[in-house]
Amino acid sequence: MTEQILSAGFGGQGVLLLGQLLAYSGMREGKNVSWMPSYGPEMRGGTANCSVIVSDEEIGSPVIDEADTVIVMNRPSLDKYESKLRKGGRLFINSSLIDKKATRDDIEVYYVPVSDIANELGNARVANIVMLGAYLELTHLVKPETAIAQLKESFGEKKAHLIPLNEQAIEKGAAFVRK
Amino acid sequence: MAKKLMKGNEAIAEAAIKAGCRFFFGYPITPQNEIPEYMSRRMPQIGGTFVQAESEVAAINMVYGAAGAGARAMTSSSSPGISLKQEGISYIACAELPAVIVNMVRTGPGLGGILPSQGDYFQATKGGGHGDYHLIVLAPSSIQEAADLIMDGFDLADLYRNPVMILGDGMIGQMMEPVEFKEPSERPLPKKDWAATGWDGKSRKRAVINSLYIAAEEMEEVTQRLKARYQEIKDNETRVEEYMMEDAEICITAYGTVARIAKSAVQKLRAEGIKAGVIRPITVWPFPDASYAKYADQVKFFLDVEMSLGQMVEDVKLSVNGKKPVHFMGITGGFVPTPSQIAEQVKNIMKEGK
Repeated sequence: MTEQILSAGFGGQGVLLLGQLLAYSGMREGKNVSWMPSYGPEMRGGTANCSVIVSDEEIGSPVIDEADTVIVMNRPSLDKYESKLRKGGRLFINSSLIDKKATRDDIEVYYVPVSDIANELGNARVANIVMLGAYLELTHLVKPETAIAQLKESFGEKKAHLIPLNEQAIEKGAAFVRK
Repeated sequence: MAKKLMKGNEAIAEAAIKAGCRFFFGYPITPQNEIPEYMSRRMPQIGGTFVQAESEVAAINMVYGAAGAGARAMTSSSSPGISLKQEGISYIACAELPAVIVNMVRTGPGLGGILPSQGDYFQATKGGGHGDYHLIVLAPSSIQEAADLIMDGFDLADLYRNPVMILGDGMIGQMMEPVEFKEPSERPLPKKDWAATGWDGKSRKRAVINSLYIAAEEMEEVTQRLKARYQEIKDNETRVEEYMMEDAEICITAYGTVARIAKSAVQKLRAEGIKAGVIRPITVWPFPDASYAKYADQVKFFLDVEMSLGQMVEDVKLSVNGKKPVHFMGITGGFVPTPSQIAEQVKNIMKEGK
């Protein structure tokens, strides 16, 4: 099993963190992982992105040739990365902010209004975690509990009060794609 | 110790601390800024010293001073910054001092760009500064290996009294992978009785740290001593990884991060029945020429892949020594080759060969 994920959006939407959570959680479940951010000039204006690979085997290239999954949180990312998806791959679109539809018909597309769901939960900043919930529900890459455990460790005691909100965000994201 | 997911730059900084480095002197430049950032936080916690110098030239000369006093000292930078350090590196080599220099290579020439590149191979392996000298140059291809090689690098520097360079690239610096720190080695190392640590005027000879030798006899003695030491390093410290080479008919060769992309290409090719393998120099100086000579009879051709216009390929050609064709594939500008691109290149060469 090898899962190659591209996560992209505006700087500040938490796309790098979303990728790191997947990498950390994969590592917690004993898999090989790599996380590679874009650190080029593109970070300043348009999009930030990261490439995450989670695999049972040794990871060769940390650079993704053809992604199994592309997660896009804003419109420029959709324009840029839809073509990076392999045939039959999964495309997760933040439909709260992206009014455009995917153009390819050889992929699976999921429109998830993660920013709206996050706002309903009272904190726009958990949009990325809502997306994580949707992603994990459909791929079962790692258990949601593993991601929560990782969040608990990353947050520490200081931010422990944010854990219930993040648990809800994962659950809401999962529920949206479950129906 | 448990595995930790770490950025390459941070893993390198922590590994240096674990290896006993207590003096770090640096100056900011992307894509290695997390090294000085990490050191600025960690060094005060462990009684070490972090200095953000006023320039790269100052930083390398601080390393020169700390190393001369017998301390484990390190600096890090990226391509344009490493160019500025070359005078100091040459002095350290001539003064026969151990030190570790990290280069997270970015694109160039000039101020270039901040994306990954391998354009500093010539500078690192052929003596980037003036005069007759060599660095021991280690080229990690994963974060784990970067951490391990930093720790080895401090030992090698002490053992041979020679500066060591860790030749990474922007990817090694910025990528996160699981890393498990090894315990520091127990390799027996010579006493640093040459270090300038203060002199009481009688108990030993005066320690002099110097790189100026006006008399021909003295200069010759130093360079001949370095020559003998370089031979010893070649004999004892050359490291290489041979990946799926036993039955290989095609040899892809690359170092650093490109080598792991080449391995992915080999898996693609093998899935199509093409027997390819990879020779990956871990020490790019000393260069593992024997590996290439060994497989020159077995393979049909070599394909050297680099993020440069073609630098290591010259050493590959010298090692293959005309026995088989050596092809070159170079990706520049900060782009990174993909496994498919490399596999395609192999297939194109095979077609043309028929």
